[in-house]
Amino acid sequence: MAPSPSPAAAGLPNWEADPILAVEHLFMRFGGLIAVNDLSFKVGRGDITALIGPNGAGKTTVFNCITGFYKPSEGRLVLAHGHAPTAEELARVTLIGERALVGRKSSVYLLERMPDYRVSGEAKVARTFQNIRLFTGMTVLENLMVAQHNTLMVASGFSLKGLFGLPGWNAAQRAATEKAKYWMEKVGLTDRADDPAGDLPYGAQRRLEIARAMCSDPILLCLDEPAAGLNPRESLELNNLLRSVRAEHGTSILLIEHDMSVVMEISDHVVVLDYGTKISDGTPEAVKNDPRVIAAYLGVDEDAVEEVEAEIDAEIAAHSTGAHS
Amino acid sequence: MAVQLAETAPPPAKASPSSSVMAHAFKDAVITGLIALGLFTPLIGFETVIIDGALGLDYRPGTLAVMVGIIFVGRLLLNLTVWSPNRKPSVRSGPTIFDRAGTTIGPAVKPLLLAFAVGFPFIAAFAMGGMNESRYLIDLGILILTYVMLGWGLNIVVGLAGLLDLGYVAFYAVGAYTYALLATSAPINDFFAGFLGETFWANWAFWICLPMAGVFAGMWGMMLGFPVLRLRGDYLAIVTLAFGEIIRLVLINWVDFTGGGAGIASIPRATFFGVPFTAGENGFAALFGLQFNPMHRIIFLYFVILALALITAFATVRLRRLPVGRAWEALREDEIACRSLGINTTNVKLSAFATGAMFGGFAGCFFAVRAGFVSPESFTFDISAMILAIVVLGGMGSQIGVAVAAAVMIGGMEMLRNLGFLNQIFGGDFDPSLYRMLIFGFAMVAIMVWKPRGLVSTRAPTIFLKERKAVSGDHVKEGHG
Repeated sequence: MAPSPSPAAAGLPNWEADPILAVEHLFMRFGGLIAVNDLSFKVGRGDITALIGPNGAGKTTVFNCITGFYKPSEGRLVLAHGHAPTAEELARVTLIGERALVGRKSSVYLLERMPDYRVSGEAKVARTFQNIRLFTGMTVLENLMVAQHNTLMVASGFSLKGLFGLPGWNAAQRAATEKAKYWMEKVGLTDRADDPAGDLPYGAQRRLEIARAMCSDPILLCLDEPAAGLNPRESLELNNLLRSVRAEHGTSILLIEHDMSVVMEISDHVVVLDYGTKISDGTPEAVKNDPRVIAAYLGVDEDAVEEVEAEIDAEIAAHSTGAHS
Repeated sequence: MAVQLAETAPPPAKASPSSSVMAHAFKDAVITGLIALGLFTPLIGFETVIIDGALGLDYRPGTLAVMVGIIFVGRLLLNLTVWSPNRKPSVRSGPTIFDRAGTTIGPAVKPLLLAFAVGFPFIAAFAMGGMNESRYLIDLGILILTYVMLGWGLNIVVGLAGLLDLGYVAFYAVGAYTYALLATSAPINDFFAGFLGETFWANWAFWICLPMAGVFAGMWGMMLGFPVLRLRGDYLAIVTLAFGEIIRLVLINWVDFTGGGAGIASIPRATFFGVPFTAGENGFAALFGLQFNPMHRIIFLYFVILALALITAFATVRLRRLPVGRAWEALREDEIACRSLGINTTNVKLSAFATGAMFGGFAGCFFAVRAGFVSPESFTFDISAMILAIVVLGGMGSQIGVAVAAAVMIGGMEMLRNLGFLNQIFGGDFDPSLYRMLIFGFAMVAIMVWKPRGLVSTRAPTIFLKERKAVSGDHVKEGHG
């Protein structure tokens, strides 16, 4: 998928010109605790966007709101298939109280109105989890088949065609197997296809979770700390995998990550959270040099930032060579 | 220094173990014996007897000494052999001998069992020396197959979808009462008598009501499913348990509709697809030129339940390979991951409840036609517990394990009624069937200790690329309810 060229030429960054997801004034309160406080940011179509921040900043809460696992206290989450909606279109779908406006060329989904399974099934937002959630007792291939549930369910005539072995079902099953094979090849798990997912080493489980998410044909892939627990070589492979996912499938990627070698190297756009509010938003270069980010990460007063900035630059450079942050 | 220590340490250690092990084993056995003495003194040491019309105490020191002695010696022997520290720890990992046996003889087991099940009435008649003499065995076969079918039905809910259902007997009751009420209904009988003949409804009721019993039970499964969708684990178990009791209490108390505790009697018998098993000239025997024998109906019932059970097994095997079956298993493995993949877990749970309930309804309909009488007393919690025990002992999700467990549990319990020779050993007033629950309990504990995941603990994948490898039970989750 080619990024839309014309507005970008006008000097706007891609995420402003052609957002696939717009998070607008998102609030998430748990009793008296405000986990996410008036957060707004945009995710560009075809971009790799990183959401970073210190521990407890609310990153995973934002993810859970986007993917429908939490219902936000306030705010709007606009996901656009095709081109981004105009302000009038957006106002209309918001006011009529529908959860989506599905068109032939482009559709707009209001994710905060959708239950979790519709966010992934209809709006095509797939996600992975910080603590890996595979179907451990099922084989690698079965995990990838479950991910294609909705397509296969229709193809099996809601089990009736499949139960009596009618022809359409077998073809659909073969096509699903081919797709699973493609993704196993892609993440290097073809040899382990018939092994239970729980038997795989940690790095392979992370890759399988990404492959499983991709088998559901997402347009936006949300990864919660995909590099956690990976060694430097595996981190590098992950970078390549994510780049090829974007290049070959046009899938936009939103990721939470602590590993700065991954964040700085592959992201086009970085959003920094601290205590539930956005403190910085821009290209990796810009964010890296933002004194507020440095202050949040290292816990110094903003007044003192000037003094330690040189030190901090060295620190970040060290992180980006491969060490874990 | 460390090296020296390592070299000098072993000799004394070598000399001492046997004596220290012996001392330790003896000490442990003495402690166990004292605990047994404390426990058994009130339980075995005293006996209440009636002396001159009043209650008095009798003392049994001899029996007490024998019991404590057995415990002491048994513990000592176990300490010196099986639990001895000198015994090499088992280094066996991977599949156990059961699993290996399962994979090697597995392919042959199913056809053999199937052939045995099909030929069973003839084998029984041959072995007992006549059709009438084999009645007891064939009745037992029918009972076992009913439980096999119920076990396979519950297996969908508990074994595949991982939803703990303690009220499965409710669907069995719905199926049985569906048939009992419809078949004995005078208005329906009169309606068909008008244009299809007087005997139409009595002869065809079973075959028309069988699918309806499944549909009604499936609908009740959905009705149970809706309120419990948000519940998991213990909470789900309690609500399903309550549901099973509610159905039974409604059956008892709604006297006008269900006949209350007296039940419904003289339910029409099964027919050979409209041909009744009677001695008359329109009967089954006359039609096929056989001599009339009431056993024809029993043998026919055996084949009906066999067919129903096989349909259950076939449907389950097919459904497992379809997206809905994979979604059931995925739900058992991780519900949140399911939702992240666009699977509507509400529908998945409801479909599991409804499918499981439907097979329970078929079995209930069969129960009503076999017994010719239904009453709420046939649908107590004991039946739910028995079916669940069969599923758990057989290995959750395994077809063959559930079948074997049903045969062993139901057949085994029945066998205990017929151990007459034990009377010659223990005396005339010894009744082995009184020990059924004790032996049942021992069997459960033994299975849970040695095979905690049931007889067949491995899971067969539903699809494979190169080679179908059984998934070890260690990876398979049991579901959260």
